[in-house]
Amino acid sequence: MQIDRRLISHFDWTLLGFTLALVLMGVGTIYSANYNIVENHAGGLPTRQLAWLGVGLVVMTAALAVDYRYLDRVAYPFYGAMVVLLFLVLFIGHSGGGSQRWINLGFFRLQPSEPAKLAVVLLMAKYLQSDEPPRGYRLRDLWASFVLVAPLVLLTLVQPDLGTAIILSLVFLSMMLMGGLRLKSFLCLVGTGLAFLPIAWHFLKPYQRQRILTFLDPDRDPLGAGYHVIQSKIAVGSGRLFGTGYLHGTQNRLDFLPAQHTDFIFAVFSEEWGFVGCFVLVGLYFLFMLYSLRLVGRAKDRFGALLAFGVLSIFFWHVVINVAMVTGMMPVVGVPLPLFSYGGSALASMMFGIGLMINVSMRRFTF
Amino acid sequence: MTVLTGLSKQDGAPELRRRVRLLYRVVAAIFLLLTFRLGFLQIVDGERYTFLSENNRIRIKRIPGTRGMVFDRRGQLLVDSRPSFDLIFVPEDTHSPEATLRTLAGYLKRDERELLAVFEENKGRAAFDDIVLGRDVDWPTVVAVETHQLELPGVTLRVRPRRSYANGPVAAHVLGYLGEIGPRQLKALKDRGYALGDEIGQYGLEKTWEEVLRGQSGGQQVEVDALGRRVRVLHEVADVPGYTVHLTLDREMQETAYEALSGKEGTIVVLDVHSGAVLAMVSSPAFDPNIFARGVKADEWRELVKDRLRPLNNRAIQGQYPPGSTFKVIMAIAALEEGAIQPEATIFDPGFYSVGNRAFRDWKKGGHGSVDLHKAIVQSCDVYFYQTGQKLGIDRIAKHARAFGLGEKTGIELDDEKTGLVPDSEWKRKRYRQPWYPGETPSIAIGQGYLTVTPLQLANMMAAVANGGTLYRPYIVRRVESIDGATVREYGPEKIRAIALKPGTLQRVRNALRDVVQGPGGTGGAARSNVVALAGKTGTAQVVEMKGAYLKSEQLAYFNRDHAWFIAYAPADDPQIAIAVLVEHGGHGGEAAAPLARKVAEKYVEIQGRLQGQQQVRADGEQRAN
Repeated sequence: MQIDRRLISHFDWTLLGFTLALVLMGVGTIYSANYNIVENHAGGLPTRQLAWLGVGLVVMTAALAVDYRYLDRVAYPFYGAMVVLLFLVLFIGHSGGGSQRWINLGFFRLQPSEPAKLAVVLLMAKYLQSDEPPRGYRLRDLWASFVLVAPLVLLTLVQPDLGTAIILSLVFLSMMLMGGLRLKSFLCLVGTGLAFLPIAWHFLKPYQRQRILTFLDPDRDPLGAGYHVIQSKIAVGSGRLFGTGYLHGTQNRLDFLPAQHTDFIFAVFSEEWGFVGCFVLVGLYFLFMLYSLRLVGRAKDRFGALLAFGVLSIFFWHVVINVAMVTGMMPVVGVPLPLFSYGGSALASMMFGIGLMINVSMRRFTF
Repeated sequence: MTVLTGLSKQDGAPELRRRVRLLYRVVAAIFLLLTFRLGFLQIVDGERYTFLSENNRIRIKRIPGTRGMVFDRRGQLLVDSRPSFDLIFVPEDTHSPEATLRTLAGYLKRDERELLAVFEENKGRAAFDDIVLGRDVDWPTVVAVETHQLELPGVTLRVRPRRSYANGPVAAHVLGYLGEIGPRQLKALKDRGYALGDEIGQYGLEKTWEEVLRGQSGGQQVEVDALGRRVRVLHEVADVPGYTVHLTLDREMQETAYEALSGKEGTIVVLDVHSGAVLAMVSSPAFDPNIFARGVKADEWRELVKDRLRPLNNRAIQGQYPPGSTFKVIMAIAALEEGAIQPEATIFDPGFYSVGNRAFRDWKKGGHGSVDLHKAIVQSCDVYFYQTGQKLGIDRIAKHARAFGLGEKTGIELDDEKTGLVPDSEWKRKRYRQPWYPGETPSIAIGQGYLTVTPLQLANMMAAVANGGTLYRPYIVRRVESIDGATVREYGPEKIRAIALKPGTLQRVRNALRDVVQGPGGTGGAARSNVVALAGKTGTAQVVEMKGAYLKSEQLAYFNRDHAWFIAYAPADDPQIAIAVLVEHGGHGGEAAAPLARKVAEKYVEIQGRLQGQQQVRADGEQRAN
């Protein structure tokens, strides 16, 4: 096999650099979150996350090895596999914290809702790749994509994984907008969505409803979800300007934070590094996004641009929802901080996504 | 910045380029918002949050809901929750835990080494976690801690409702017990509001009716000072007490049955024949559920689990025994229903019955002579039923046994009920890949062989015989009541099936069952009472096959002795209750089990008499008032 030398010279080191910087900061924070805690997750997590980084790098290489333009052929098989996996998870899935999300593959546990996000991206890029109509897409032009995405959203919703279901919907919406959905159609869609909220409410588990009600009225459940948000805000707030210092966060150490190494890892980081640290971290995410947006704008074809944008939108919604949740601006829905939170399936599929971005980026010149 | 945002006209599609430029601003705006929020929390409000985080000033104190009470069918208290005090120590709240514990030991007149040892054991845990120094402490301890509170930072008393079982072990297997929630249970039940250290029903009704009995935890979000003393309550959620449960059990009947079994291993079940309501269910030996309420000690638990007599087993529903001759009730019904015998026709019993080259013995040396159905039941003639069994064949026997609920769970609302086993040719083929051999049927016909039943199944079968052929699901909970006395749920008789029987079949069998107790030569004569007429059937279940001569059970090693059965209903001509008595290793049913059934039936009549008397008094009073 001959490798085009231009591909190597055009390799996007910047994207890789952002990725590694975030993952390594994440590992450091996971270490802190598990430091000196007498609970049973006895400090193996940072090492495991590093192992996952290795897996992520392999997956990333795989994602950029084949020219992305061939990927529209695998969109349907990949989608089909995701539906099957999400369906399986309901029956043979492993439970954790009251919901079934994992499939045990022996050597590791796969959480299919993570790659499912990429399935939506691939599917929509395929749908929207041809030149858009002069006045943009109407809903009826895209009805098939609704039919395809709906099962993914419903299957994650019943697990129940409200966070992922929301992310899937937001990524779907973002890609339609980017692809050129008419504004009128978009408003119509949002309106319909709001009208369906009562039905969605019916599907939520009692504790999920509780969380949303708690957000609207924090006094409702001061001992449960409300308590977590309060503790998370205390952790973030007590970081003040410069933070309490690495490994010196008391809130985190004393186990007051729920899911301190996954969904609430940002609170651990905020407490220890203060506003300055947060500014750097959030700034890093921000620059990453601006850079990727530019990549979207410079892609040679619509399919590549939409593919890169889709990955970017997964990334964007995760960061925004997670930070908003931890700082008490949003209800607590379980959404990890991408590249940063502990979690193998999430890290690997996010790095696969970034591999796709690099793929698009480095083949800008090969026409 | 152009590295990040610069787009030239050569790049990509124009409309996408336009949207990307717009998105730069949208993303920037949202990130600005997030940064503002962080700045607000960390800089503007930072001081307040730092203040709150020091000493973790916000704590949650959970208050578990008081568990519901349990009453018997006549409103007598069986289970209650009383307040008790736990002595708690929070090391983080004192500057010198050792010094504080020494002071405490002085006030309590306890050995300080003992308290320090408890503290040492718990050293690995988070400093703000409670250490329990004593459960259910006595009143002087409470007073001492309260009066010297200022000198004892970190020492607190926690009020905890504690389960109290009024009759100790008498109804232990039915009521069950509580235990601290295990890690696996906790994982599964987290969303239902359970927390580490909570108690949860682990056995019996406490377990199966957990949802109803438990109530809801409340709690307080409390701000505490540096010494852990509460400054103020930020939020409070009231706890909700559990529902009160009224049982079908009769406390006096239960006590009588318990006493009757004392010193023996076995079980007694009493059912209302017209509803399936359980009036008494005793399994012996029992245990005292109160020891679980105060926190069972490791050696106590080990003793209970290792005991060869298995006190934690509810023999009434979990014991599977061969029914012995009590199965002849089913045999008689099957034979009459299938027309396999003429009830008046007699056979001659020489004391054995041959199938092929094998001889089946009768329990009576020399045999019963000339025997018809009535005599066969009354004297429990084995040879008569060997022959009847051969005529019926295993599959027809199994059909009738199953109609009366044998071989399947009765569906009582207690955990881990066993099914017993009613074998037939299909079962044999599946289980052993062999056909049913005719030589196996005689054993089944006298209730031995593969056949096993639970005592509850036999009681329920007897109830169906007594009430004319209706099989009910046995039940224990009659009514669930909220704390203000309103009925939340009510339970009544639930038919499993009406057994289709020819007219006269049951009458014939019941006449014989009456003579088992009342007639001359009946095997159940020991149940004869001048207070109430019982009808019943004795049974002796072989534990080991006796190859040798006719041994008396006293001649056998204890664990090889036969189980003694007596199943009955009373009164014989107007049946109200069905009774199953099993005495493990008790020898012959007529001797060991029948007298216990008599005691229980007499108690029933006595209670009914008293109740009617009271009603009479009340009615008379009303009459006078009118």
